[in-house]
Amino acid sequence: MRIHRFHGGLKLQGRYGAVPSPIKGCALPLRLRLPLVAREGMVDPLVSVGDRVLRGQCIGEPRGVGARAHASTSGKVVAVETHDVASAHVARATCVVIEPDGEDRWSPLPRIEDWWHASREALLERLHEAGVVGLGGAMFPADIKLAAPVETLVINGAECEPGIGCDRALMIERAHEVVHGAAVLARIVDARQTIIALEDATRDAYATMESALRESSLESAVLAQVPTHYPQGGERQLIETLSGREVPARGLPRDIGVLCHNVGTAAAAWRAVVQGEAITSRIVSINGSGIPRAGNYEVRFGTPIAWLVEQAGGYTTGAARLVAGGAMMGLSLAHDDIPVDAGCNAIQVLDEATVRPPAPELPCIRCGECVRVCPAQLLPQQLFAYLARGDWPRVQQHKLDACIECGCCATACPSQIPLVAWYRWGKSELRGQAWSRELADASRTRFEARDARLRREHEERAARGPPETAAVPTIRKDEVLAAIERGRARREARDPGHPSGGNGSAP
Amino acid sequence: MTGFAVAPAPHLPARSTVRRVMGDVLVALVPGVIAQAWYFGFGVLVQIALAILFALFLESIMLRLRGQDQMPWMGDLSAPVTGALFALCIPAWSPWWIACIAMFAAIVFAKHLYGGLGRNIFNPAMVGYAVVLIAFPLALARWPSPEPLAAHTLGVGDLLQTIFGGHLPASQGFDTLSQATPLDTVKIEAARGYTLAEIRGDPVFGDFGGKGWEWIADWYALGGFYLLWRRVIHWQVPVALLGTTILLTVPAWIADPDVNPLPLQHVFSGGLMLAAFFIATDPVTGAATPRGRLIFGAGVAALTLAIRRWGTYPDGVAFAVLLMNACVPLLDRITIPRAYGHGRAHDE
Repeated sequence: MRIHRFHGGLKLQGRYGAVPSPIKGCALPLRLRLPLVAREGMVDPLVSVGDRVLRGQCIGEPRGVGARAHASTSGKVVAVETHDVASAHVARATCVVIEPDGEDRWSPLPRIEDWWHASREALLERLHEAGVVGLGGAMFPADIKLAAPVETLVINGAECEPGIGCDRALMIERAHEVVHGAAVLARIVDARQTIIALEDATRDAYATMESALRESSLESAVLAQVPTHYPQGGERQLIETLSGREVPARGLPRDIGVLCHNVGTAAAAWRAVVQGEAITSRIVSINGSGIPRAGNYEVRFGTPIAWLVEQAGGYTTGAARLVAGGAMMGLSLAHDDIPVDAGCNAIQVLDEATVRPPAPELPCIRCGECVRVCPAQLLPQQLFAYLARGDWPRVQQHKLDACIECGCCATACPSQIPLVAWYRWGKSELRGQAWSRELADASRTRFEARDARLRREHEERAARGPPETAAVPTIRKDEVLAAIERGRARREARDPGHPSGGNGSAP
Repeated sequence: MTGFAVAPAPHLPARSTVRRVMGDVLVALVPGVIAQAWYFGFGVLVQIALAILFALFLESIMLRLRGQDQMPWMGDLSAPVTGALFALCIPAWSPWWIACIAMFAAIVFAKHLYGGLGRNIFNPAMVGYAVVLIAFPLALARWPSPEPLAAHTLGVGDLLQTIFGGHLPASQGFDTLSQATPLDTVKIEAARGYTLAEIRGDPVFGDFGGKGWEWIADWYALGGFYLLWRRVIHWQVPVALLGTTILLTVPAWIADPDVNPLPLQHVFSGGLMLAAFFIATDPVTGAATPRGRLIFGAGVAALTLAIRRWGTYPDGVAFAVLLMNACVPLLDRITIPRAYGHGRAHDE
């Protein structure tokens, strides 16, 4: 198949160490803290302190767009509390804390071994039950994304960032899970074509995937080697590379007949359907100059990052920054007492020598290197200038919304300007503006409606003519005095001790 | 629990620095400077040193006046680049105060009064050059004869006396040492009614441009290729500038080769090659978009040719660059590239 190119990007391989492929187990920590986080809305805990849970047991039910949460080992719930999490959306979330009993007993779902005969609905329901989410980092519920049929299914095996090796390790060691998972997903969306894409730097993974594909005799699936060029693993860039077509702005890949899923998601879907396993762990790459050895670990959700780092050999003395995700787009964490979740594909620990210094930032010299590397074909230096002076119409004209925050511009910038931080700020500012505009519009609509109603009522009254005065009865003073007198007489007759009355003791 | 300082992504340091960009420009100038010193004497090096010293001195004063730190601003090498580019535009024996006045205009007015590094609208080196060219046209028109033609050359002592004393030694005269530049020759002789074939018979001409001049242009181009390879400059400006020069001059030359110079003579004359790779490629004062850079380069070429043909100055590169600098905000707005997933910018 023909491989296209996307605009810009960076060659980054040389700057990262490779992550060795064997997937090692991560020992059971003393406590697992499972975050209940939804994309939109929230996840309600289904367990309370003192409950005993089994691995794979549902402990959180989503309200809104979210996935079910499952216990990642067997044990006792010791707390349901709010704690720091590694998420781009929220800083803190409700977490279920489990003290493992060490037996790691499963509570499996029924297996669907003849899945090719199962209905689409049954498979989707299974993915929902098993809490399968996108493992590429976005954690979007897989069953929602797979709900409608699509022409082409892309299984993304291109790493999000160099320095992350979880997808490569998965394709080397569990190629058949990925291939069969791809078939399950293709069955669900009724895809005519399945493309499994991986980078040309991962030749070992290509070999294992090729033989797995041959053994599986899946005719509609093809392997595609794409250039190792950051951000190749970005959904929009990968689709452009494979099809030569762009996903429309403010649209989804579905709009051009494509659906993209991570290789990890495919493998998790296969496990959920065929093995009846809810998703309770993932492969996490740990890498960077601030730890002694890079590696891939199968990590239970809820494992504290501190525990994982300890398994990998602890921090080196110069460790200066802890990042959930890759060094280009990852989230910098303030401490390591934060649980691993489905979106945590890597932990990077950088030491003082390799980390971006809190640089003496110079003004933009408009060198244009950012324009050359921007995969969204934007003018980063112009966007920066307009953001800095708050020229919002121009910011929108220069399509800030198309920015994918890949970090290429900031890495290329000789003036060390933290461009991505500016764009994030600009986007949230624009969202805020849109929100207040919506509020103002709603208020205006409401006010105008009220105004119109009052005017209409006024006009109707005017049309009816003046009110009939004869209808209002006149009250004469002697009648009022007589009524007061009658009341007083009644009260005195009932309660002779209080001649004054009116003290509130009336029945 | 171990705590860490947080910072926004990306977490790896940038691949380049302003200092590296400017340093690359200085390195790329080396072959051209050596060639120019070879043909016009080591006074070229004296002028570069003078201009850089004045530039750095004024930069330091302006930083202090504007209440900014000396570092990292003094270390960004942008002032030395301005100084060096200016010094290459003036005759090697110009008196010292020429560089002083030009750098005052460049660093104080064109750069710092507009807000310093990155905020200037006009190319500082060209502002400096334009100011002294307008103020002292005679001093700037007297170029020494290039090496292969020179009957006499100045010794070291005489040269330093000329630069720092402000006049030639009594035994020497500009008449014997200097010579009209090839572009001057074309302008003067064509005005006197000679055909270009006759004019080109003059010994100042080489294969394409002037003797010496054309070789210097070659070495500047070599430095330009280095900058392209280092990704310091973008291909659009030199390609558009040189391409437009040839495209515009070929029809005229074919129509009437007696009056209109050979296209390659335009390319290899005056400051065109230096401008194509080093001056019009200045990022701060150039266009930010790829298509904007194409228009910018083409505009510099067209204006330069117009000034050479119809203007009173023999060469017009500096004025062409300054005029195009003024167009940059407009160019940036009308050439916004189409963003990923969007229609053309003006469709929405």
